[in-house]
Amino acid sequence: MELVLATGIGGLVASGVWLLLRERAFSVVLGLAMLSYAANLFIFAGGRLSAEVPPLVLGEVAAGTMPADPLPQALVLTAIVISFGTTAFLVALALRAIGESGTDHVDGGREQER
Amino acid sequence: MIHLPLLPVLVPLVAAVLQLASHRAGIGMARAIGLAAVALTLLLAAALAWATRDGTVLAVALGDWPAPFGIPFAADGLAATMVAVTAAVALPALLAATDGTDRLGRHFHPFFQFQLAGLNGAFLTGDLFNLFVFFEVLLIASYALLAHGGGAARSRAGLHYVVLNLAGSLLFLVGLGLLYGTLGTLNIADLAERVAALPAEAVPPARAAFALLLAVFAFKAALLPLGFWLPHAYGAATAPVAALFAVLTKVGIYAILRLSTAVFPAADWTAGLLAPWLMPVALATIIAGTVGTLAARRLGVMAAHLLLLSTGMLAAAMAEGSTRMLAAMLYYLPHTTLVSAALFLLIGHIARARGEAADRIEHAPRPEGWSAIGAAWLVLAIAVTGLPPLSGFPGKVMLLSAAPATAMGAAMWVVLILSGFAGALAMARAGSVIFWERPDLPPAAPAPRPGAALALALAFVPLLVLGAAPLSAHAQAVAEQIRARQAYAAAALPVPQPPMRERRP
Repeated sequence: MELVLATGIGGLVASGVWLLLRERAFSVVLGLAMLSYAANLFIFAGGRLSAEVPPLVLGEVAAGTMPADPLPQALVLTAIVISFGTTAFLVALALRAIGESGTDHVDGGREQER
Repeated sequence: MIHLPLLPVLVPLVAAVLQLASHRAGIGMARAIGLAAVALTLLLAAALAWATRDGTVLAVALGDWPAPFGIPFAADGLAATMVAVTAAVALPALLAATDGTDRLGRHFHPFFQFQLAGLNGAFLTGDLFNLFVFFEVLLIASYALLAHGGGAARSRAGLHYVVLNLAGSLLFLVGLGLLYGTLGTLNIADLAERVAALPAEAVPPARAAFALLLAVFAFKAALLPLGFWLPHAYGAATAPVAALFAVLTKVGIYAILRLSTAVFPAADWTAGLLAPWLMPVALATIIAGTVGTLAARRLGVMAAHLLLLSTGMLAAAMAEGSTRMLAAMLYYLPHTTLVSAALFLLIGHIARARGEAADRIEHAPRPEGWSAIGAAWLVLAIAVTGLPPLSGFPGKVMLLSAAPATAMGAAMWVVLILSGFAGALAMARAGSVIFWERPDLPPAAPAPRPGAALALALAFVPLLVLGAAPLSAHAQAVAEQIRARQAYAAAALPVPQPPMRERRP
């Protein structure tokens, strides 16, 4: 499971960085979204990967069972909300920049100069 | 008042919600709420500075959860100083915005308050993830404030600023995940305990996590290889927004200072994280800021480069790191922030008075009553470049006299003195073009009268001079407090060893 998750995060980061470095605002937004998925998965993995362990313990804990670490899950939830909000704002801003400069090149009017 | 450290965050938040709820009541209502909230925050900051003056650290555990599990808010001398500086910049900036800048777009006032809440929260929180959350609060407000006023230039600068900061935030998150994965905590005081007890095989990932965090903070502080966004963004913002943004780079400086004083001294393996690169980077930032100041063709861009220069000076002082140097830095920080903010406000006024020519450094019809503005320019030029007799001068003297007798110290002397000279040259040249030379042009309409905001911002200059002695004593006390570490750790983490905890890694 570790290998699958690590490869997945690596793939997401690689595609995210590649898209982030493109010149269209649309690819940049997609790249940032992919990077944020990668970051969220990474934090989640910081709580250790485990299957079939209780997420919450009420009452006595049996000897030898370690419940899942709830803190990374809380952190990821916060991070998801924040990155969702900022991505929405970025999309709105990119749309406004298109409306004002007529192109979705990240540097604005570069297109017409060429 | 046990909840005093929370109030500088809550007051702007409540004000922003009230402004949003009452936006139908017109802009007068929003202005009244905003000014009242900022004035109240200034009073709270004063109360906080008063309560922490003797070295006490006020701490609040949110929801009364014990420290490493809950989020503590801790106000020591450093945090109280930063909150006070923020409030002192916010009041003239908000006053300046009431001259009509706040009508250029919707919801200026709530964003301004959210920005203040984010700034104060970032300074007061004792938890790294909470610091991330407040970073996002202040950034999202700053995205909207930067784009405020519209126009293609602002949209483009805003887009770059948002994309860069989002990428920075994601690196921050990765760093936090790595840190939690290796150390099992994000509480700043608890981190110090954990780094001291970290087994050797877990050191490389922890070092990588700290290096990521430091890179993100260096980006927010606009240190050189990561600082090229700043002149671009700040030069495009409206004057009151740029004035408030003068505090924004200090958040990065604050975060590096907090990590490097509260966490890094606890273990030997953190030694190489800052020392080898921070000083060269800081000096390079100063040089880049100086060159940019000389090359700028607009006053706004020039002021942005002067801000870059001052950030470099603060980082250089931090890199040297002796208690004396930190005291000099903490004296210089309020001065440079307040003066930079005043300079942005003055440039906004000049741009409005000149109409068509805006803030470009070129001849233009001179409005009547121009000499008063010219005198204000002269005062700020002296203050911002650190010439005697104004407050920048003692700050620079403290920085230079604390410089060690090493090659790095000598480099600091050379760079600081040359940058001061070049800054004065650039300010004098711009001033003589705009205020002194009399081109053969018809006289323009009378300039608008400088408002209360500008007067208030300028009033800080003599106040900083008159208060130099108590301010430097305060800076010395704060520097000793953050160097000593125990007070902050004891307040932010009352129980050093919690009873039950999973072993990591």
